[in-house]
Amino acid sequence: MNIENLDFYTQAILTLAALIGLTSFLMLGQGRLLRLVFVFALQGLLLAIATALAAYSLNEPHLYISAVITLALKVFLIPWMIRRQIFKMNIHRDTEALKNKTAVMLGGASLVVFSYYVLHPVLHNTPVVMLNALATSLSVVLLGMLLMISHRQAIAHVVGFMSIENGLFFAAIVSTNGMPMVVELGIAFDVLVAAILFGIFFLHIRSSIDSLDVDMLNRLNEVDK
Amino acid sequence: MNWLLALIQTLLFVSLAPLLAGWIKFCKCYLQNRKAPSLFQPYRDLWKLTHKQPVVSEQASWLFVIAPYIIFSAMVLAASVVPLIAVNLPTAASADIIVLVGFFAFARFFLTLAGLDVGTAFGGMGASREMTISSLAEPAMLMAIFTLTMTASSTNLSFAIGYVLEHGTVLRPSFIFALFAMILVAIAETGRIPVDNPATHLELTMIHEAMILEYSGRHLALIEWASQLKLMLYGVLIANIFFPWGIAEQLSFSALGYGLLNILAKLAVLALLLAVSETLFAKMRLFRVQEYLSFAYLLALLGLLSHIILES
Repeated sequence: MNIENLDFYTQAILTLAALIGLTSFLMLGQGRLLRLVFVFALQGLLLAIATALAAYSLNEPHLYISAVITLALKVFLIPWMIRRQIFKMNIHRDTEALKNKTAVMLGGASLVVFSYYVLHPVLHNTPVVMLNALATSLSVVLLGMLLMISHRQAIAHVVGFMSIENGLFFAAIVSTNGMPMVVELGIAFDVLVAAILFGIFFLHIRSSIDSLDVDMLNRLNEVDK
Repeated sequence: MNWLLALIQTLLFVSLAPLLAGWIKFCKCYLQNRKAPSLFQPYRDLWKLTHKQPVVSEQASWLFVIAPYIIFSAMVLAASVVPLIAVNLPTAASADIIVLVGFFAFARFFLTLAGLDVGTAFGGMGASREMTISSLAEPAMLMAIFTLTMTASSTNLSFAIGYVLEHGTVLRPSFIFALFAMILVAIAETGRIPVDNPATHLELTMIHEAMILEYSGRHLALIEWASQLKLMLYGVLIANIFFPWGIAEQLSFSALGYGLLNILAKLAVLALLLAVSETLFAKMRLFRVQEYLSFAYLLALLGLLSHIILES
């Protein structure tokens, strides 16, 4: 496969896959919560563009609806909700000192290689382009998990969780030419409900340990040490 | 004929470099609500400096005096191998992009030696910082370049640009990453904000200015000219590798003129972007430069990976 021989749609999908992977890396290295949420919204925007592109090139109008839902939820509503939470809890000025930032980033790069390595055996049966895009979306999922492990703020965990969902959604678009509308609506509302529930969780965590730093949860003991 | 063109191209490089510096200053002043000096102020500065008597410290060795000439000529040689308005010129064929990085390293080596030579505190400090930064920036730059050379299967700049031109507009994910990595490295290597501030003198945070603090007169003029050339070289590299459209492929008069106009327009836009980013961002702490450059390295690595994963 040579990229010059592919049609424009495939080139664009591959580029979008690369850019979505890049936004995952940007989130991984981000210590400021507001900027993290901004990059998350950017990832949502790229996802919406990919969906609209798929709708246009596959001529499937229902994918436009899903693109609009993605745009509304992941670019505007959820980032806006998380942003409001951040301002409400007055942690928008906090910066999180990430431990071993470079090591985490290089670990992320090796996750990309790993996800390609894992998907390589499947290569014989599917078109190569789809497989490459799938490898990228798997790496977005893994990078989301890494984000949850490496950050300590609960809000960063939520963003990581949402970006895992983004990776799955992208995989669904490139591999299945769009899921049935019912499934997509279901997932969209699941994500929305999750975002609202997380908001309530934040309040509870904050009221019980007076912080959103989940490392503090390790100190909850029956006996004082 | 071709050799003459190559010579003219190099001369254009050398003569346009101060203009680019002037244009960046102009944009910056405009963005910061200041009154801009004339576009030709860098030429006047160079002229003024060449007519001043250079003052050399008694402790300085011969190295201090010859270093500006070596640095300037290394930069001119580097300029001669980078295609500015036309590809397939004889000088471009004689050296590839790794030699270009070598020229930069050579010039930097003598600059740091000259900084150390007079033995002032600032000189040594600047030299050590410059070496720290360049040792981190160079791998990132080479990785970004390898992405390009793997695509074109050649390390020759002229050939690689020809390859990109030949295949028309192809959206390559790896080039996007390499472009960003290259921009980050270029900012670090040419000592612009947020890594170094080119406009300051006598501050504890300076890097490039600290090394050349002892220079005056024509020596200073040569070093300043060389750093303007370096800035232009990086600009031309970014413009011609990633957006080569418009560069002259035939050596006809009209194609060359069109190529010149194109590269001027591209450089003007790039300089405007640089001025905007310099206005928006503040200089970062020295110890955060390592994070910045490791991010550049990561981007270049991702470019290389996405070339292998997504494109081959």
